[in-house]
Amino acid sequence: MRILSLVKRVPATGGRINLAADGRSIDTAYLGFVVSPHEECAVEEGVRLVEAHGGEVVVMTLGPAEAADQLRDALAIGAERAVHLETDGADWDPVATASALVDAVRTLETDGGPFDLILVGNESADSGGYQVGIRLAVALDRPMVNGAKAIEVDGGVARARRQAPGGWEVYDVPMPAVIGVREGINLPRYPSVPGRLRARKKEIERMTPEHRPAGPEMIRLRIPVEQTQEVEILGRGPEAAPRVVEILREIGVL
Amino acid sequence: MSTLPTRADTVIIGAGIVGNSLAYHLAKLGRRDIVLLDKGTLPNPGGSTGHASNFIFPTDHSKEMTALTLDSVAQYQELGVFTQSGGIEVARTPERMQELTRRMASSRSWGIESELLDPAGVKALVPFLDESIILGGFHTPTVGVVDSLRAGTIMRERAIEMGALTISAGTEVLGLDVVDGRITRVRTDKGDIEATTVVVACGAWSPRIARMAGASIPLSPAVHQMISVGPVPQFADTVGEIVFPIVRDMDTNMYERQHGGDLEVGSYAHRPILMEADDIPSIAASALSPTELPFTQEDFELQMEQALELVPDILGDERVGIRYAINGLLSLTPDGMPILGETPEVKGLWSCAAVWIKEAPGIARAVAEWMVHGEPEIDLHGSDIARFHEHQQTTAHVNARTAEGFNKTYGIVHPMEQWASNRNVRLSPVHKRQVELGAEFFEAAGWERPFWYGANESLLAEFGERVTRREAEWESRWWSPIISAEHLAMRERAAMIDLAAFVIFDVTGRGSLDYLQGLVVAQMDVPVGRVVYTPLLSEDGGIFADLTIMRLAHDRFRVVTGGGMGMRDKKWFVDHLPADGSAQLFDATSAWYTLGIWGPRARDVLASVTSDDVSNEGFPFGTCRVIQIGSVRALASRISYVGELGWEMYVPMEQGLKLWDTLWEAGQAHGVIAAGIGVYAVTGRIEKGYRAHGAELELEYDLVEAGMVRPKVKAADFVGKAAYLAQRDAAPAAILCTLTLDDPRSSSGVARYMLGREPILGLDGSSLIDAKGRRSYVTSAGAGPSVGKHLLMSYLPPAQAVVGTKLLVEYMGERFPVSVAVAGATPLFDPENDRVRS
Repeated sequence: MRILSLVKRVPATGGRINLAADGRSIDTAYLGFVVSPHEECAVEEGVRLVEAHGGEVVVMTLGPAEAADQLRDALAIGAERAVHLETDGADWDPVATASALVDAVRTLETDGGPFDLILVGNESADSGGYQVGIRLAVALDRPMVNGAKAIEVDGGVARARRQAPGGWEVYDVPMPAVIGVREGINLPRYPSVPGRLRARKKEIERMTPEHRPAGPEMIRLRIPVEQTQEVEILGRGPEAAPRVVEILREIGVL
Repeated sequence: MSTLPTRADTVIIGAGIVGNSLAYHLAKLGRRDIVLLDKGTLPNPGGSTGHASNFIFPTDHSKEMTALTLDSVAQYQELGVFTQSGGIEVARTPERMQELTRRMASSRSWGIESELLDPAGVKALVPFLDESIILGGFHTPTVGVVDSLRAGTIMRERAIEMGALTISAGTEVLGLDVVDGRITRVRTDKGDIEATTVVVACGAWSPRIARMAGASIPLSPAVHQMISVGPVPQFADTVGEIVFPIVRDMDTNMYERQHGGDLEVGSYAHRPILMEADDIPSIAASALSPTELPFTQEDFELQMEQALELVPDILGDERVGIRYAINGLLSLTPDGMPILGETPEVKGLWSCAAVWIKEAPGIARAVAEWMVHGEPEIDLHGSDIARFHEHQQTTAHVNARTAEGFNKTYGIVHPMEQWASNRNVRLSPVHKRQVELGAEFFEAAGWERPFWYGANESLLAEFGERVTRREAEWESRWWSPIISAEHLAMRERAAMIDLAAFVIFDVTGRGSLDYLQGLVVAQMDVPVGRVVYTPLLSEDGGIFADLTIMRLAHDRFRVVTGGGMGMRDKKWFVDHLPADGSAQLFDATSAWYTLGIWGPRARDVLASVTSDDVSNEGFPFGTCRVIQIGSVRALASRISYVGELGWEMYVPMEQGLKLWDTLWEAGQAHGVIAAGIGVYAVTGRIEKGYRAHGAELELEYDLVEAGMVRPKVKAADFVGKAAYLAQRDAAPAAILCTLTLDDPRSSSGVARYMLGREPILGLDGSSLIDAKGRRSYVTSAGAGPSVGKHLLMSYLPPAQAVVGTKLLVEYMGERFPVSVAVAGATPLFDPENDRVRS
């Protein structure tokens, strides 16, 4: 199988993010960066599919020079090749992003043949446009299923499952196809030390993407007012029981 | 949730292992009304304690650090949080194997069980290690790991149970109020607390907090990388946290330790990555914690390869994933020692910072004793915050030295090793003459001091066989045979020695005599123009310092002390100034340049440049007066640390060069040379058995043991007098001796020469332990060119402290015969002090 996993470099979540003084970017001083979580699972899914069916995973990103780190993260867990569409660091709108990715995919497929699957994240953790994967699929004229929580491959068909109220939606799509993956589809593996060392030695293929801005333009960022939560420790051990009962009564459970 | 008190007796800022331990120890010593603050939540507020690797290797070349670590281990054991695993420092190179024998010697000096292993021996203990790439290991079975968060929690809870402690977590300090040089209040985001004692125990944040009060804690937050890999198949059957010994891969500055089913790999090998305390991210902005910063993969690339070399079975296993990787923050200091004590700038504001897990509870106990009793049981002079000179507190200095020191964390550091960064900060007024004379500069207290002069190389031919050469590379480092030649030339004719690094302060006022009488051991009510050499004691009678004081006028005294501990000595003096202001102290260090001239021809030289009477009758030993040397008025003081006739001369700094040139020119006719600190601090004084602070003199020993008692004790009361009187009435548990190295030849035939800190053993190889449980070790070592022997000083139990007793010293894995030449303070060279008094 030939699988292309698209990844984006995003700030690591977990801590409050501060804005830069101009309000148009975030303060990255001590921020860590990772592959956006849905995509991290997408890479893992690609690697597992290739482990089961043979082939290779190519990982690609549109991003600044530092995004090479994220490509190496993917290489470290089993992607075979990495392609970097290097930008100057500014976030591109989803239309421009998809457009540049389409160009790159076409180049790669001309050389190596079509990708059976292009795996994308359901949405990126930072800009959350929800559209790059869809735009990509439309431009390449391929079927697209977003929000996949499971993928199986049999013959030339990919079966993607998506959660729905009361059960699963199951989509059988002929490949080549684009599938948008949701975090939780798998538990991504940690890279091993040999994996990291191999990733370090690999050549990353570089392409210069053409920037054709077309979509929404970011004017400024704003941090919404935080909902604070109060935590009351009711007590310790058995002594807490009376207060717990009191509260259960207050909220109408008892 | 308790509301914050509006006042407290003691406020401790920082609830990591240090703050928690300190609260407990203060409570144990009877302090009540303690408030412990942290901006984070408990039990893990997000400081270095939260992610520390938590292992303890007890042996350190430093006596002070080892004592603190051993005390900490005992405390961790009592708390039930210590798991013994054993630890091995492995060597990949022959140089490291030699260093491991030095580790063995230190283990023996401090009484720690250790052994040297060959690769097979290491492999037997650590089966997943590739023994083919190592040459051996230094194994200490008592190495272990601790649960530092649990330890802190238990200690905190004990303090609460004693009714001594209130905690306020989630409380950020916004400011510290200081009035008339004393701390008065802590401002927090939950309210203000009035307090007269505040302790900064904030680890990496400490400089920021101290700055709020206008005080300086010169540490730098710095990164140290660590990763954790797992699940490790070899650890699948492990019950508990650790069963395999911890490995320190010294030559790569890395360690590997088991942690349950994971292997943790840490590194001190990457480029130094320093931070400003103000830039540490907030808890809210941190994905993990403020001291667990995002991992920078590129800084760990080489380390991954090197770790893979050592533990290929684990790290080379594809199933073992890197599950955790951080750039962890810890605190580094310019000299690698902690920063403890009351800040010199603000009374009542204490520092307990730059402390590692391995020594934290021991340090907390010591600082608590210091706070409550006025002195710690373990001498903390190396960690004393007061030790820093002005320039050492600058960011430039801190950054330069912490960066340089970081990669030496597991380094092979020679006892005389010099810093390369931030040099040439304090220059003697005669610096250019020293350069012209080919000085080899060593740095002390920031001063560039010639240790020897290259121009004196010609003396080697003159003294030939009397100058001992060193064949072994280790003790030849940071040394030259020229030192011995300078020594012999001084004893034959005379030498000029630059002493610019002294710390000098003047004490004045109508109460100055009473004040000094109450502080020093010696009688200070002496005639004007007398020089007094005196020790200072702590309240418990330990030796705090030794220095000289000149009575310049009825109400004016000049105190002169070494640059190394001079700032600490100064704080002691300042702290004891009378409250009524009847005595004042003025730091005159930068006002006066000190130049010494000593040797049999010293008087001839001096007499040729001054018309003042410098004869023995006219200018007796132990006196001082102003003399005219050309147009320079010099305060000349007839004392000697090298055991020769001569003077120390104090002139205004800007006239130092003139004085030097005048004496130098006059001295040429008498064969005067320039001699360096190698003579002044080592060879000259060790032949005379003169004691040095930090070597022979420290709190652990008393004046009787050090052989420094005078026939009478003055009637006036002074700090430590009661203890001192009791010591004089009792038999000493140890006696300071001078020993000679009887045969330097090692088993390979190469002559070896000890440098200090080596264990002294009985002929049967057993350690010598005195009645107070103290072991004998070399406090100072050096060549004695005039007596023709390599000399060692050591405290010995009375049974061994007898002239002629034969013993052994362990050095580089071998034992060498030594014998006691002097028991007590009688000089080996010129025992009657004829030269000094001539």
